[in-house]
Amino acid sequence: MKKIKKIKIKINGKIKSITQDSNLSIMLKNLKIPLNKVAIELNEEIIDKKKINKIKLNKNDKIEIVHFIGGG
Amino acid sequence: MKKDSLIIANKKFNSRLIVGTGKYKSMSECAKAIKLSEAEIVTVAVRRVNISDKSKPLLMDYIDPKKITYLPNTAGCFNSKEALRTLRLAREIGGWKLVKLEVLGDKKNLFPDMIETLKSTEVLAKEGFKVMVYCNDDPLMAKRLENSGADAIMPLAAPIGSGLGIQNKINIQIIRKQTKLPLIIDAGLGQASDATIAMELGCDGVLVNTAIAKAKKPFEMALAFKNAVISGRQSYKSGRIDKILMGNPSSPSKGII
Repeated sequence: MKKIKKIKIKINGKIKSITQDSNLSIMLKNLKIPLNKVAIELNEEIIDKKKINKIKLNKNDKIEIVHFIGGG
Repeated sequence: MKKDSLIIANKKFNSRLIVGTGKYKSMSECAKAIKLSEAEIVTVAVRRVNISDKSKPLLMDYIDPKKITYLPNTAGCFNSKEALRTLRLAREIGGWKLVKLEVLGDKKNLFPDMIETLKSTEVLAKEGFKVMVYCNDDPLMAKRLENSGADAIMPLAAPIGSGLGIQNKINIQIIRKQTKLPLIIDAGLGQASDATIAMELGCDGVLVNTAIAKAKKPFEMALAFKNAVISGRQSYKSGRIDKILMGNPSSPSKGII
């Protein structure tokens, strides 16, 4: 059996191991992220949420997922 | 009486009270206080989603952004780069263009770094943001912000969360005289009468968070601030009497027995 290759990425400051051929859309779905309530940054660049299934993830990618919380 | 709306970046609001959504004991307490305050704009912060614990309630589940205008802020940003990054992300969440810019300069007193604030205002205005700017009560800086494309000037009354009330009424009045932009007192109010004073100085609105959220009875304080803002505005619009040093009797002197 072919071993599934894993890569390490950083999401919101935490290191996570994902399968190499995973794209951003699959990863967000696995994390159960409500897309309409968040914004996403990949390596400090804002991602157009409509295009997330076209974005492949690479080793050491840094992803930030943010939303609104209470603040003054 | 003629309708007296607050207009910010061509958008009309009935309420002149803007409230923050931080520091409440719970989301439901926050939502109820906002309802009682009748505020139509609430400030919100942009933070990382907690990816390991998604049981935490979401702000949007309690305060409907279709009914209440979310005003994303840059609280916690200490330079222009961080502030711009935060607001660009905020816009991406759902198309928010009306934002509150707040670039802090010192972790202790939380005073704004006006050089970084000015730089950020210029960039944001060019990018099509409608920027409400937290600033010092400095008329010269307020003017420069206005010339840089700010949509509202929001001087502090006193340091954020201090509850000290308006410390420099003269400067606020000077800023009022020189600008046609919405002038909103942001930060440092402690009790309802502070909001009344701000409105009587001619401010277009006030932004309150800690004074409501940390009051012993936040719901009652939310109501008090609502009434204080209305009262102060009415008082301002009514045209106060001149101040004189001597007494002037209210009853006629003619016909005294």
